[in-house]
Amino acid sequence: MTGRVLRLAETGRAALRFRFDGEELTGLAGDTVLTAILAARSTLRAAEFGPERRAGFCLMGACQDCWLWQEDGPRLRACSTPLREGMRLRSAAAAGWPGEEA
Amino acid sequence: MTRVLIVGAGPAGMRAAETLAEAGLHPVVVDEAARAGGQIYRRPPEGFTRPAEKLYGSEAAKARRLHALFDRLVAEGRVTHLPERSVLALSGGVAQVLGAVREEIAFDRLILATGATDRLAPVPGWESAGVYTLGAAQIALKAQGVALGRRIVLAGSGPLLTLLATQLRAAGAEVAAVLDTAPMRAQIAAGAAMARARPQTTLRGLRLRAALGRRYHAGVTLERIETADGPVAMHWRDARGRARRTACDMVGLGWHLRADTHLADLAGARFDWSEPFRQWLPRCDALGRAGDGFYVAGDGQRLLGADGAEEAGRAAAIACLQDLGLPHPAPAPVLRRLARMERFAHALARAFPWPAEAVRALPDATVVCRCENISAGLLRETLPLSGAEANRAKSLSRVGMGRCQGRYCQLAGAEIVAASAGRSVAEAGRLRAQPPARPAPIGAWLATGDPGAE
Repeated sequence: MTGRVLRLAETGRAALRFRFDGEELTGLAGDTVLTAILAARSTLRAAEFGPERRAGFCLMGACQDCWLWQEDGPRLRACSTPLREGMRLRSAAAAGWPGEEA
Repeated sequence: MTRVLIVGAGPAGMRAAETLAEAGLHPVVVDEAARAGGQIYRRPPEGFTRPAEKLYGSEAAKARRLHALFDRLVAEGRVTHLPERSVLALSGGVAQVLGAVREEIAFDRLILATGATDRLAPVPGWESAGVYTLGAAQIALKAQGVALGRRIVLAGSGPLLTLLATQLRAAGAEVAAVLDTAPMRAQIAAGAAMARARPQTTLRGLRLRAALGRRYHAGVTLERIETADGPVAMHWRDARGRARRTACDMVGLGWHLRADTHLADLAGARFDWSEPFRQWLPRCDALGRAGDGFYVAGDGQRLLGADGAEEAGRAAAIACLQDLGLPHPAPAPVLRRLARMERFAHALARAFPWPAEAVRALPDATVVCRCENISAGLLRETLPLSGAEANRAKSLSRVGMGRCQGRYCQLAGAEIVAASAGRSVAEAGRLRAQPPARPAPIGAWLATGDPGAE
């Protein structure tokens, strides 16, 4: 799987490790969660109401397209949340969440 | 001391804060970003190294000046800056604010400088991953140093289309085509009025446009975005009606801006349909008074752009100081500059019009509401039951009820509602805003409840 975004500048930053859907990925200090994931993956999540996938839309916190789950529960908006070392993120709710396969 | 709350730390909010601080007040500025600047002068995170000239181009000096001014006011303790917080609701002189924790901020006077979002018209396929707003592509470049794709098509209309294409190319991105739905005829007709109001700004735009060469096409019709895992190509017709296909893996869309008036609505503003801007804007006087102790400024009031936002921020602060009976700068020069900005903005809107006819004629299968994938056809099916009124159409079709709360679909939805009844879009009405202005976890309220206090 290749990334969607292309880094054009500011590539000399420190690496940060994080987990997305159980896989170890690496982003850069100063990345948003959205940038870090889309540097390695083509999408963030499945759409709830259609067959397509989603990868954010407005990047200014207004459209709410980029909500992701964290392994420990609370959701976050990927476009406006800075990446932190050791984050454990999911594209969908954990099994057992109401509406998800147990 | 009078408690003045300013929402938004873009050019309008920063200038309002400065004007109040100069008069001896101590305003509180709440903003969603980590660093003040707004969208136009958005600052990258700490540790990024590109200079302002790279980030803001010809506007670098203005950006530097505003950032330095605001940082100084905060450092001197004359302005309180509360970053990384969203105002969710306003009532009874209290703002419900959510950041790392929930806060209630009481105020005597309120200045809303909430800015704007991109104004979007649906294009078949726009719900796909890899389709973004023009503003998103600019934020990604400015604040993260990334392009949102390897081969980019930008489509829509307005000044950002040309500016963004130029910025992306200068940064090394591949821009395959710049597709402007504005006919060249309209651009030329309104261009003279733009040049009269702001000659240098107009000339700068023309130079950027010329440098795009054959990538730029005016008067296009956007037919559909061909998608697989993401965009594969944009299908469009040129001004002479010839079918074209441009391969790409990212599409940026936007038709100028839409004032973000959500909080103004919650604060009790009344609204009027603005024919020049083709959208609903809060009713206010020339300085921005929208109610008792309540002012609006910047693109959330009228879409005058960054320079106009600075003036509108000053104007709102002057109105606030007048109402408090405090000494204030003379309003006349500010109002003169605002009038010139408005002449320019009106001409700009004529040059790069909203594609009303294309939206009214969208195929039934086109998604109108991206949040919940509601198609133009489904919206049209509900209209015989709901009637041609935006809020009732929203209740039945859910267009405007998703998580973006209508920010990206309501103007297109209103065109479809109006078309069904043969009415003007203004007659379709305006979606009433509901709190919270951003999605918020209920836990933020439950966790702070103190049953012992009852």
